[in-house]
Amino acid sequence: MDLYEYQAKELFVRHGVPTTDGDVCTTPAEAEAVASKVGGPVVVKAQVKTGGRGKAGGVKLADSPQDAREKADAILGMDIKGHTVHRVLVAEASDISEEYYVSFLLDRTNRSFLAMASIEGGVDIEEVAATKPEALAKIRVDALEGVTPALARDIADAAHFPEPIRADVADILVQLWRTLVDEDATLVEVNPLVQTPDGRVLALDGKVTLDENAAFRHPHHEAFIDIEGTDPIELRAGELNLNYVKLDGSVGIIGNGAGLVMSTLDVVSYAGEEFGGVEPANFLDIGGGASAEVMANGLDIVLNDPDVQAVFVNVFGGITACDAVANGIVNAMTMLEGKGEPVTKPIVCRIDGNNAEEGRRILNEAEHDLIELVETMDDAARRVAELAASRAAGK
Amino acid sequence: MAIWLDSNSKILVQGMTGSEGTKHTRRMVASGASVVAGVTPGKEGQDVDGIPIYNDVAAAMAHTGANVSVVFVPPRFAKGAVEEAVDAGIPLAVVITEGIPVHDTAQFFQYAQNSGATRIIGPNCPGIISPGQSNAGIIPADITQPGRIGLVSKSGTLTYQMMYELRDIGFSTCVGIGGDPIIGTTHIDCLAAFQDDPDTDAIVMIGEIGGDAEERAAAFIAENVSKPVVGYVAGFTAPEGKTMGHAGAIVSGSAGTASAKAEALEAVGVKVGRTPSAAARLMREVMGG
Repeated sequence: MDLYEYQAKELFVRHGVPTTDGDVCTTPAEAEAVASKVGGPVVVKAQVKTGGRGKAGGVKLADSPQDAREKADAILGMDIKGHTVHRVLVAEASDISEEYYVSFLLDRTNRSFLAMASIEGGVDIEEVAATKPEALAKIRVDALEGVTPALARDIADAAHFPEPIRADVADILVQLWRTLVDEDATLVEVNPLVQTPDGRVLALDGKVTLDENAAFRHPHHEAFIDIEGTDPIELRAGELNLNYVKLDGSVGIIGNGAGLVMSTLDVVSYAGEEFGGVEPANFLDIGGGASAEVMANGLDIVLNDPDVQAVFVNVFGGITACDAVANGIVNAMTMLEGKGEPVTKPIVCRIDGNNAEEGRRILNEAEHDLIELVETMDDAARRVAELAASRAAGK
Repeated sequence: MAIWLDSNSKILVQGMTGSEGTKHTRRMVASGASVVAGVTPGKEGQDVDGIPIYNDVAAAMAHTGANVSVVFVPPRFAKGAVEEAVDAGIPLAVVITEGIPVHDTAQFFQYAQNSGATRIIGPNCPGIISPGQSNAGIIPADITQPGRIGLVSKSGTLTYQMMYELRDIGFSTCVGIGGDPIIGTTHIDCLAAFQDDPDTDAIVMIGEIGGDAEERAAAFIAENVSKPVVGYVAGFTAPEGKTMGHAGAIVSGSAGTASAKAEALEAVGVKVGRTPSAAARLMREVMGG
């Protein structure tokens, strides 16, 4: 889960990382109040999970509380790269002498963690890495040893931070590492880390990504869940413990196993080329053991998506035998009809693997008008794309 | 022969008395695997279908000669369980558990590296099977048969799909390495082992979006693998920034796309199928010719 800047800074404060004084606001009046409390000039910053908000006009200086109110009024509700601004952060506008970059992140390649630091901050760090790799220090962090004060000092040395602030930077690095570990984050990034004219070092902006697998030991992380920024169908799927991602197309996809579902999206998209560019409407993995109830929940979610014209159920019976899967589909149809939501969209099923014959027999005997069985994954994808295209054309 | 798991493997199950542990213990036994012990703290003296339960891995190994552990312990206890298996010196720990915090995985992986005693497969994986010899994990045994293809995959169901499509030719060993950002055994580890295995003639490698494991595997193949390799990569149409089910499956910017992975593999002579069935057909040609 990616956090907003103001949430990242909440975590920084909790772990002693120095940052600017301020607070998050949802109305211009709140912005005025926060600006009065902070005192002096403030910066009003759009809270969006995308880069380039400054260029888009989402970051403005304000020299009085009244000005902060006006700037907040202008920024709230803005659209930045498809993200609506629901909140602004109003923070003390600190003078900046230098801008730096520091981060810790999970390093998949080396199966540990990585520290990255540069005295060329405030810019796109990927560009620094590409054009001036020598300006970006990268140091491996052992998952068991962590960032000791000595290692923090090494990182600050390697990035050539100015000598007078090296000790402060090293302290901040240790605090940021504690943020990463104690909050179960996979990324903490400060860009820019700034030096003020009076020599203080502050985190001016922050990015944190939390590991959702660790939510069980961080009950307070629940407050970070971004309800208005999440697709409503994804939220509902989440409540049902279904692994769902909304996409842009018209073919609803249900499958078991993440890899198989990804593969199903590809196969539908390839087949869709023949029918004017039919694409998948979602990713939905109902997991290895697909019970009737989980199948019913999955079908319910996908069939209720107004963008969906046809559904592709693609199941490989490995752990769960295909007869159980077929019963799940048939029961799901009955269950949905019982709820007063009779199914009106065609459902193409491909089931293979353990007890596939029996599973197909069950589906055939159910004689449901809207269920169509197709033998192979590739042929089923073609058929569902065709159905989605013709149903869309008929509307 | 086979890689890492064969008819001499003696399996212990950590978390055998839990519902998943019991269910899959029975499936492993039914498929002919030698499951010799279970481990659940505080339940020593009990048994599951006559398989004795011990309080810890060391005791289970001492009494039964177990040399493989399959871990079904829930996420919050998984790190402790794996580190205990490493301390006991078990040569192979197969971590099935899904949903382990990645900091925990990073730590127990480093712990195993430091000890040098234990190979970890997973976490969040279906396990490893050498058809006809042994089966450590949750891979269904009855969808394929013994043969001379080696299979390595991040994805469980795609592993099953491929095992089933090529069931008439059969497999030496199939390894589901798991879809988490940090995994104990990589594509490269498997490629190296299959290259050295006299009972494997060709290798199927299934990848997916996210990370650069497939690109690194391609570089490894160019230098070290002379056996034919057929590939498949899932997620060609996955959008940027959306995690596709596996914690590791995410395209960020230009990194981790399926096209880049497929191109890297093709550039070193790997035949890459556009769909799982197409990849299976390519392997059929390799084994037929």
